[in-house]
Amino acid sequence: MNALLHGRLTGLLALGAVIAVLPAFLPNNFYLDIAILAGFNAVVCVGLNLLIGYAGQISLGHAGFFGIGAYASGVLVGSYGWPPVLALLAGAVFVGLLAFLVAKPILRLKGHYLAMATLGIGIIVSIVLRTESGLTGGPDGMMVEPFKIFGVELYGEKVWYWVVGVLLVGVVWLSLNLIDSPMGRALRAVHGSEVAAEVVGVDTARFKVLVFVLSAVFASVAGSLFAHYAGLITPAKADFFKSIELVTMVVFGGMASTFGAVVGAVVLTLLPQALTIFQDYQQIVLGGILMATMVFMPKGLLPTLAALFPARRRA
Amino acid sequence: MFAELLQYLLSGLTIGAIYALAGLGFSIIYNASHVINFAQGEFIMIGGMASATLTASGVPLPLAILIGCGGAMLVGVLVAKFAVERARNASTVTLIIITIGASIFLRGIAELVWGKDFKRLDAFSGETPIQFLGASMQPQSLWVVGTAGVLIVAIGLFFAKTLTGKAILATSHNRLAAQLVGIDVKRVVLASFALSAALGAVGGAVVAPITFSYTEMGIMLGLKGFTAAVLGGLGHGPGAVAGGLIVGIAEALGAGYISSAYKDAVAFVIILAVLLFMPNGLFGKRGTERV
Repeated sequence: MNALLHGRLTGLLALGAVIAVLPAFLPNNFYLDIAILAGFNAVVCVGLNLLIGYAGQISLGHAGFFGIGAYASGVLVGSYGWPPVLALLAGAVFVGLLAFLVAKPILRLKGHYLAMATLGIGIIVSIVLRTESGLTGGPDGMMVEPFKIFGVELYGEKVWYWVVGVLLVGVVWLSLNLIDSPMGRALRAVHGSEVAAEVVGVDTARFKVLVFVLSAVFASVAGSLFAHYAGLITPAKADFFKSIELVTMVVFGGMASTFGAVVGAVVLTLLPQALTIFQDYQQIVLGGILMATMVFMPKGLLPTLAALFPARRRA
Repeated sequence: MFAELLQYLLSGLTIGAIYALAGLGFSIIYNASHVINFAQGEFIMIGGMASATLTASGVPLPLAILIGCGGAMLVGVLVAKFAVERARNASTVTLIIITIGASIFLRGIAELVWGKDFKRLDAFSGETPIQFLGASMQPQSLWVVGTAGVLIVAIGLFFAKTLTGKAILATSHNRLAAQLVGIDVKRVVLASFALSAALGAVGGAVVAPITFSYTEMGIMLGLKGFTAAVLGGLGHGPGAVAGGLIVGIAEALGAGYISSAYKDAVAFVIILAVLLFMPNGLFGKRGTERV
């Protein structure tokens, strides 16, 4: 138990340290911007990893929750003059309720049926965002006001970098605690064998619903803050491909590994930037990399690397 | 009033026939390998693009369709052999990402070969609309529905009458038992990918004169095909066909009577509603889980 606590702290401290020193190595705002985007993706992926990696449930619609958060902030602050914090909370509460409402029936489904249902929700959300142009600006998207709290406006990459950094550490801390709690153990039991978990008295449905709601709320909060940071949001941020991208990040980094989800988010945010040198071949290379990693490292990057260095796994 | 309804039903039937073919493709591959092949839409795209570009450069239409079909089958076999078979024991999520990777990869290649713009394919037998009880119908719609009908019957016969078809069915029921009675299950998986690719490609070719062909045409068609397969109950062939027709017709009615902007959402609203009450689709069997 002590060792477990120790391992959790070490990882968290390491993450904090990397975030703290990283800006020193980033030459300009362009790189800082990529780091911020990676951070936002990482926040969503840590939540999604709880669902995919620990509860063993797949969601192909999480970008929809990200999109609802983003547009809640955009619309409520921009068109109705709400304070940004209130808009963010309203978006998160709405997404939480929505996730709760759909979770119970949906999480009864298994495997591919669940993939279908979450995919459907995501696509419906993105079509609504695209179509209700009076509210959302349609396919071109909408401008979003800057984030203000206590009269202070968050402005510029340098400020946002720290906001996202702190948020990420907080989310990772929450997630690690959750995994080590009795609920986390119950979740892993659900992943191992749902029937067996039920037999020993784990309320599997309740846990799955809770994790689904939590991961949706993480996505919504990240969406709200992203909208304020970017100043512009488009329905593309909520569509099917964004959902796929998020799931890919989780699986690429390593399912059931919180830090794996962070690594996956960072690598796959950088990848398209790096791939721009391939120009017309970009999609081919991206598709090829996706296939190759999944074929050769089905457990994902971090667990595969960890298995290469068995001694370090004891931490 | 009636003519309007008939008009919507006819256009729904046309697009529904394509969804049915795509859904059948999903089901065949799912049965043989328990993989949801998200690259199914790309087979449709290959069929549409190949026939449009080849006929434009002077190749006779039947030959163009045949080449497109052969090309798609080859691609299907390659995807099965080099990506899916190698990851046999991977989790559902991993396999989903592999086929999504394959679809991105194929779209990238298609863009490189054919470019990003829309390609036109002439209707097979002219564009003079056929009047039918007050509704009018493009002759191409008859081609789509007719071709799909013939293919669906042929697939049914293939599974019921031929040894290869029976081998695929046996593998879908119990892979290990099939292997024990001497069925080469790896070849069955390859055959199922080739078959699904052929279905998709022919569907893409006959629908191309109506929808135009472009490299991203397969995305929505593929997702709707998946919806059709799930609606009918995954792995249930006739269910997938019924699912495709239901989705197509509901979509046309939704576009006509409710809002054309929400046309693409109809399929997903239906599937959510059905899954709420029937977690295994309309015709899927309630499975018992082995612990």
